[in-house]
Amino acid sequence: MLMISIRVNGESRDVPSGWTVADLVGQLQVQSRYCAVELNRKVVPRETWSEVLLAAGCELEVVTLTGGG
Amino acid sequence: MGQAFADRPLVLGRHILKSRLIVGTGKYSTLELMQECLQESGSDVITVAVRRERLVDASGRNILDFIDLGRYTILPNTAGCFNVEDAVRVARLGREILRGLENPGADWVKLEVLADTRTLLPDPVATVEACKVLVDDGFQVLCYTSDDPITARRLKQAGATSVMPAGSPIGSGQGILNPNNIRICLEYLKEGDPDYPVIVDAGVGTASDVSFAMELGCDGVLLNTAIASAQDPLRMASAMKLACQAGRQALLSGRIPKKLYATASSPTEGVISLQPRGAADSRSS
Repeated sequence: MLMISIRVNGESRDVPSGWTVADLVGQLQVQSRYCAVELNRKVVPRETWSEVLLAAGCELEVVTLTGGG
Repeated sequence: MGQAFADRPLVLGRHILKSRLIVGTGKYSTLELMQECLQESGSDVITVAVRRERLVDASGRNILDFIDLGRYTILPNTAGCFNVEDAVRVARLGREILRGLENPGADWVKLEVLADTRTLLPDPVATVEACKVLVDDGFQVLCYTSDDPITARRLKQAGATSVMPAGSPIGSGQGILNPNNIRICLEYLKEGDPDYPVIVDAGVGTASDVSFAMELGCDGVLLNTAIASAQDPLRMASAMKLACQAGRQALLSGRIPKKLYATASSPTEGVISLQPRGAADSRSS
């Protein structure tokens, strides 16, 4: 399987080529309904996660809500 | 209690709040305690932060499991951002999460653009700029700012839904250090627009700080540390709720003017005791 290297939350990670945002989020141990995803500094709307392909070198942020003032 | 005395609700853009106290969700020792304190505070709006998922900790509990999303309107903040671009990104990420959860808080943000890690004072220039970007993007922007009246006015001009001056630095518990600046902020922001909401955000240490802010004429108070880090947070949550109501009622009641000398509360007629001579007389004797 051809792998590509991407960055998720500042850390390098290898994923199969052809993966979408949805594939990645599905692999992460997170509650996806509490998450938002940014690809190269732009929000990826939840409805399009399964359509957006990851490219080599892309940068993702997967965030959630936490306590704050 | 309270129902007997009519008051209008606090209107923040498209949001109508029953409580004038907005509380944060940070710094609690447990999520269970946070949950109880939120309830005790009587608040209907609570603030949260946007942070990276901890990708290694699958057992990490999410704060959202402890927040009744049908009851609270979530106000996401941009805390920790030190430039316009990051603040705008965080605001959009917060909106995306709340949109997915169908929480009404998806249309607003508490904007913080900080300048300095030691004071956590806001960067006024960047805050105004970020406010404009977010307003153009459809956000209702609640702006954390210093107590500088000129910056406050600039933020309102930039389209802020509410300007939220700090009483003193975030988490410092020093209360309202410069009430005169808060008074001028109120005067400037409410000039010809008396319903424009002004909220004291940050610096509250104890209940009297909240009452004082409300008595000054602020429309609400936003606080976090004063409850979360109190020795008994649950009791303090109750104190803050009562202080907010007390201060608001005192404002609406119209306080008496301050005078230098005493005025007797009991009748001066019919006293059986002899009155001493007045101060002016005793001086001359």
